[in-house]
Amino acid sequence: MDTQQEPKTKIRARKLSFFYEGGHQALFENDLDIPERQITAVIGPSGCGKSTHLRTYNRIYSLHRGQRAEGEVLLDGQNILDPKTDLLALRRRVGMIFQKPTPFPMSVFDNVAYPLRLHFKLSRKEIEERVEAALQGASLWDEVKDQLRKSGLALSGGQQQRLCIARAIAAEPDVLLMDEPTSAIDPVATLKIEDLVLRLRERFTIVIVTHNMQQAARISDRTAFFYKGRIIEVGPTQQLFTAPKEKKTEEYITGRFG
Amino acid sequence: MRASAWSDPVFRWLCMICAMLCGLLMVAFFVQLAFASGEAWSEFGLGFFVSTEWDPVRDLYGALPSIAGTVFTTLIALAIALPLAFVSALFIVDAPPWLSRLLGQAVDLLAAIPSIIYGMWGLFVLVPLMDRLWIALGVDNEYGGLGLLTSGLILSLMILPYICAVMRDVFRMTPPMLRESAFGVGCTRWETARDILMRYGIRGLLGGIFIGLGRALGETMAVLFVAGNIMKVPLGFLDGCTTIAATLANNFAEADGIQRSALFALGLILLVMAFAIQVLAQYYLRMTSAKRGEK
Repeated sequence: MDTQQEPKTKIRARKLSFFYEGGHQALFENDLDIPERQITAVIGPSGCGKSTHLRTYNRIYSLHRGQRAEGEVLLDGQNILDPKTDLLALRRRVGMIFQKPTPFPMSVFDNVAYPLRLHFKLSRKEIEERVEAALQGASLWDEVKDQLRKSGLALSGGQQQRLCIARAIAAEPDVLLMDEPTSAIDPVATLKIEDLVLRLRERFTIVIVTHNMQQAARISDRTAFFYKGRIIEVGPTQQLFTAPKEKKTEEYITGRFG
Repeated sequence: MRASAWSDPVFRWLCMICAMLCGLLMVAFFVQLAFASGEAWSEFGLGFFVSTEWDPVRDLYGALPSIAGTVFTTLIALAIALPLAFVSALFIVDAPPWLSRLLGQAVDLLAAIPSIIYGMWGLFVLVPLMDRLWIALGVDNEYGGLGLLTSGLILSLMILPYICAVMRDVFRMTPPMLRESAFGVGCTRWETARDILMRYGIRGLLGGIFIGLGRALGETMAVLFVAGNIMKVPLGFLDGCTTIAATLANNFAEADGIQRSALFALGLILLVMAFAIQVLAQYYLRMTSAKRGEK
């Protein structure tokens, strides 16, 4: 939203194609630049490949049989699609939030402490401090500070999603991927999460997939419009929503299809 | 008038009677065993539990060797079967569909093998194999391959399919997004299985373990063939042993009088053990459900 200085590009996707099991192609040689410490929204009708695109950034797809990406995804200049990439280290640097809250079946505290214990050797005290900081960062601390031993599954839906955000930021990643993070959350809790995302923008590079165009307009700096596996248009959010260059974009944002 | 107007209450009564019959049967087992073992209890008292005698000539009977054998063989079986079932279930769930189906069915088929076959295979294949192994290793091997460890091995094979089947279901029922979340924070496959899947499916996993436990406790035929049927408390893995079920099967034919009563007492102990495990399992699940946040 502020444009004093051209921000650095954090992620650079080049000729990125994606194939599901059986060779079905979902993405077609897309290029996309994700600026550092900004919010990039990815919009488009269902099945357009927006989630698929996001899922290449932490290679979460490689968990599934037969899925593969071609092209390059450069994170700080390094191609993470390279088979030699250390996936565990990559996922420490690139956190992910899913469509539904996915707290682990453990206490609120342990949900946040878990990735810390996974990646770092920390003393108890350090862990406690960083868990508190992460919960503060996710605007959840005040609500759960007296029930840290309670199961994460016992929280409300919106709280669970913020817990997942706390879990994702605990290990201090550079990038946060959000795959329709509010699609299973009620409207009030959704606004809270949007506020939170806006605050996280200062510290993290955020890429958010959303089917909600108002949401994209409210919180993002830049927006990419996907259609049938291709990026049709990318630009500053305001420009894309008020003066789209492509006809397809205009049709989509005015609700003619999708 | 539609038939359901009168058939519905009848059907309901029928259901209720059947359900109550199950409960009654359970009670009847306890009562009958308690009744038939009365003589042994009044003769030996609680000493029956700790006595290692089994002397039909002097009519002195004790349960300790059988109880110890039952507990030890079951523990060995679980110790072998649990990790095996866990990793094979993990592999089967993640394998390509054709391999997953093939291996899944292979494991399921293990459950279809009659226990007498396990017993024969144990006696004619596994026992000589173990014997040769111990001789080759220079280990003192008094019982020629029979005994505690071999019994535990056979039992572990028998309970493996049950535990594995339950674990497969548990892994399959875990929401894919939860697994992805675990990978998303940087878990390896092993860490995901150990820390997330296992906790998520603890109820199902325990169910599988207790099914296995129940089967191992009561298994008769297979153990009978390979335990050695020695009425002593086994002190080493290679010691010959017996189990409650094997003792019963071995001795009922020619038992009468107080020996028969002592056998019923053993039966009662076995039933109580199996029952206690069920109760403990339920209790454990209730105690831990709050911690896991089930509402």
